[in-house]
Amino acid sequence: MNIVHYWRALWGIVWRELFRFVTQRERFVSALVRPLVWLFVFAAGFRAALGLAITPPYETYILYEVYITPGLCGMIQLFNGMQSSLSMVYDREMGSMRVLMVCPLPRWFLLFSKLLAGVGVSVLQVYVFLVIAWFYDIKAPWLGYAWVLPALLLSGLMLGALGLLLSSFIKQLENFAGVMNFVIFPMFFMSTALYPLWKMKESSAFLYDLAQYNPFSQAVELIRFALYGQLNQHALFYTLAAFIVFMAAAIIGYNPSKGMMVKKGGSG
Amino acid sequence: MSASPTLLIDELSFSYSGKKALDKVSFAIQPGECTVLLGSNGAGKSTLFSLITRLYDTRQGRIELCGFDIKKQTRNALAKLGVVFQQTTLDMDLTVMQNLRYHTALHGMGRQLANQRIQQELERLSMYERRFEKVRQLNGGHRRRVEIARSLLHKPSLLLLDEPTVGLDVPSRQALVEYVHQLVADEDLAVLWASHLIDEIYPSDHVIVLHKGQIKAKGSVDEVIAVTQSSQIKEAFTKLTEAA
Repeated sequence: MNIVHYWRALWGIVWRELFRFVTQRERFVSALVRPLVWLFVFAAGFRAALGLAITPPYETYILYEVYITPGLCGMIQLFNGMQSSLSMVYDREMGSMRVLMVCPLPRWFLLFSKLLAGVGVSVLQVYVFLVIAWFYDIKAPWLGYAWVLPALLLSGLMLGALGLLLSSFIKQLENFAGVMNFVIFPMFFMSTALYPLWKMKESSAFLYDLAQYNPFSQAVELIRFALYGQLNQHALFYTLAAFIVFMAAAIIGYNPSKGMMVKKGGSG
Repeated sequence: MSASPTLLIDELSFSYSGKKALDKVSFAIQPGECTVLLGSNGAGKSTLFSLITRLYDTRQGRIELCGFDIKKQTRNALAKLGVVFQQTTLDMDLTVMQNLRYHTALHGMGRQLANQRIQQELERLSMYERRFEKVRQLNGGHRRRVEIARSLLHKPSLLLLDEPTVGLDVPSRQALVEYVHQLVADEDLAVLWASHLIDEIYPSDHVIVLHKGQIKAKGSVDEVIAVTQSSQIKEAFTKLTEAA
């Protein structure tokens, strides 16, 4: 058990995830189509309806497409996190999760490696999306594309950890539809991805509060500011704290002594 | 017979929401010994395997693998363990080689050693020529062979087989049973084989009859037949499980 063993295992897990993603072309395309439809269709339709005041990090009036681009980056990561969670449940049902769990490494490390592999995939997706957006004339400062990388890593880790946590509670694949309805959609729509918080406040103070405490909002703001070369400290700490909480809960969820695994039962 | 068993199960109990799945189960497996765990569906075989592989936590009783307590020295214990699960756990979209490399990475093996071991194990099972084929293209018997090869790559001391012949045709089943018994004889490997198929038992095997979470009989095939005053192991199994 040495550092080389850890490194080889981490690389093995990340490589497998990236390879699977790249070779599954449908998955690659569908992961991109979703945000692009929002960008090209939804944003174009709402451009006239939603007037946006100047709010940081923007220094001038911006088009609605520009506003929702960081939100769509977050959306890619949100869906990817949930997709990873779905694949964990699938792997568990199919048994391949067991192969991972019986290897001689700490469980927290295996889960973190799996999480990191998912984040790698989501960051790749986001950059491809940003390249397409660039050709659509949605351009951030050049340095922003570098600054956004650590932000994407952290937001990806946080959303992936949430997916991991959910996967420890989901007993069967069929239950995953509930995750869509009760997690993905509320998180996405009650966030700053599509509209700024002050807009929401005008409609409902309650929704405003929910959106403010929604970790996905903070992740989106972290990405938004980073893309324009700025650091949103509040969003950074909030996202980091959410990651730590979700990850710790997921590790407990997968711990054979304390977690949910033991409640899932066996037949033979 | 060695003084320290490869697998030691001591007073092991386990419950699901108050319902006992295993009740004070105790046995040991020595190196070079193939033990067949016989039991019908719901006997507690899968629960026992989940506890040995640490997928479930041991709350009552003790499990030791090569002297390592599975609860306290989990990683040392798991390093000694090779497992073939009941369901196929190979990645269908990856090739045989990629699946095996993934396993060697999880066990921290370098590329050179990994390639050497992969070649060795696949050649023994006549699967080396097919190493670049996707698992999806293989039939059930060949997939099982790959899984056996995978479980042996890190040279475990104990091989756990959870009903590995389910769904296989007769020739594939026979070949697999023969291969595992050969490994036991040649390499001093300890094997725990969960099954409900009597014809998979060799006369030299040890047998544990598990029924409703309790061990009803254990020992060599002859001992179990004698203790139940039966003429063959099938009859002994029926007597033990129907009487309960």
